[in-house]
Amino acid sequence: MANKYWDTLTRPLLDDNPVTLQILGICSALAVTTSLDTALVMTVAVTCVLALSAVAVSLIRNHIPHSIRIIVQITIIASLVIIVDLVLKAFFFEIGQRLSVFVGLIVTNCIVLGRAEGFAMRNSVAASFFDGIGNGLGYGLILMLVGAIREFFGRGSLFGKQILIPVTQGGGFEPLHIMLLPPSAFFIIAGIIWFIRRKRPQQVEKPEFQHGGEES
Amino acid sequence: MADRPAPVPAFKVLQIALGVALLCALLVSFTAVSLRPYYQANLEAERMARLGSILDALQQVTVSKPEDIEARVVNLEDGAYSEVIDPDQYDARREASDPGKSVAIPPELDLPGIKRRAKHAVVYLLRDADGRLDVIILPVRGVGYQSALYGYLALANDANEILALKFYQQGETPGLGSQILNPGWEAQWSGKLAFDVTGEVSIQFDAISGATRTSIGVDRLIRFWLGDFGFGPYLKRVREGGA
Repeated sequence: MANKYWDTLTRPLLDDNPVTLQILGICSALAVTTSLDTALVMTVAVTCVLALSAVAVSLIRNHIPHSIRIIVQITIIASLVIIVDLVLKAFFFEIGQRLSVFVGLIVTNCIVLGRAEGFAMRNSVAASFFDGIGNGLGYGLILMLVGAIREFFGRGSLFGKQILIPVTQGGGFEPLHIMLLPPSAFFIIAGIIWFIRRKRPQQVEKPEFQHGGEES
Repeated sequence: MADRPAPVPAFKVLQIALGVALLCALLVSFTAVSLRPYYQANLEAERMARLGSILDALQQVTVSKPEDIEARVVNLEDGAYSEVIDPDQYDARREASDPGKSVAIPPELDLPGIKRRAKHAVVYLLRDADGRLDVIILPVRGVGYQSALYGYLALANDANEILALKFYQQGETPGLGSQILNPGWEAQWSGKLAFDVTGEVSIQFDAISGATRTSIGVDRLIRFWLGDFGFGPYLKRVREGGA
């Protein structure tokens, strides 16, 4: 039994990663990964919302009428996001200011609704909880990786600690400015997806339409 | 779908919908109310930090030391200092929503769209070594594109030359309207004259591209607070040496 939960928890990290396999939650992955600390706070926030919403939805899954299930899920998710936002404003004011609208936008993060509708609606509370945590960590893993690459090459620092000294301060490091711009996150995420699928070809999707040789 | 369950009676649907909505509302309200003191404390710290940063910015133009800052309560109607109100205890933001302690702004004068203002305001003064007035810092507020803007406007002792403008609370669009916090944008205010030769408020500044509404909001709030219904009477007194 414990083994099954372990599987639910770890599968979203690599084999079923919400970002690299399901290509969900890309917008926030672009927006909050210019530095590692914002990526970390976002990871924690999304993981909390995912786990708690999965538990809440799973608890009442047998009572939610089919016709209004999506709006019930969204109500639960939105409430949790507001609570997370309030907690950030109360205890992590400065970093909350930097995340600005993106905390609120967790509501529209497809991963959260996807797990509520796709998993929590038909699985036990415990399994849903681990699935939520696992997906949050899988999302966070990519976020942290992208954040680390962007902050290191864009600013020469990690978690705000200067590691490479930039030219402007007398060092030998020329910051790659593009790393701090949104497109770089696309390149990096695309690179990560390519790398994972190269190592695990079973993740490569079948083409939906192939210009076949037989007909032409 | 194969696993589609049988239709649920309408009252059951309503029951669940209402139940979930109520529970969520309770949870959110409870969190909001219980965390409010922490949030307020953070805002207050942010306000003090911005006041500190406006003082840092002023270091280049004045010899006054930030620790010599003096808070005074001004009666906005006649522009005189009020000696009975303790500036440390006065909360203009709270008073502005108290009908007994605030006045409604006539709609034609309400450029910033704030509807009411408190009867008094706390201004901060810096004095030079001889005790002469050196810098006046006025609190200003208004509405930008989608949020309330709160800031400080620093004027020289002629009550005309602007030394700095800094906002300490805003919720404008990140990257666009929020450029009002950009030091490069803030820097343009230094040295501008607030009034023209006829004594009318006359300010011109670079608007922010892509944030027209925010820029208009800033323009209006400065016009209002320097005008007759804002700090106009007080600034007049300062110019005449009566403050």
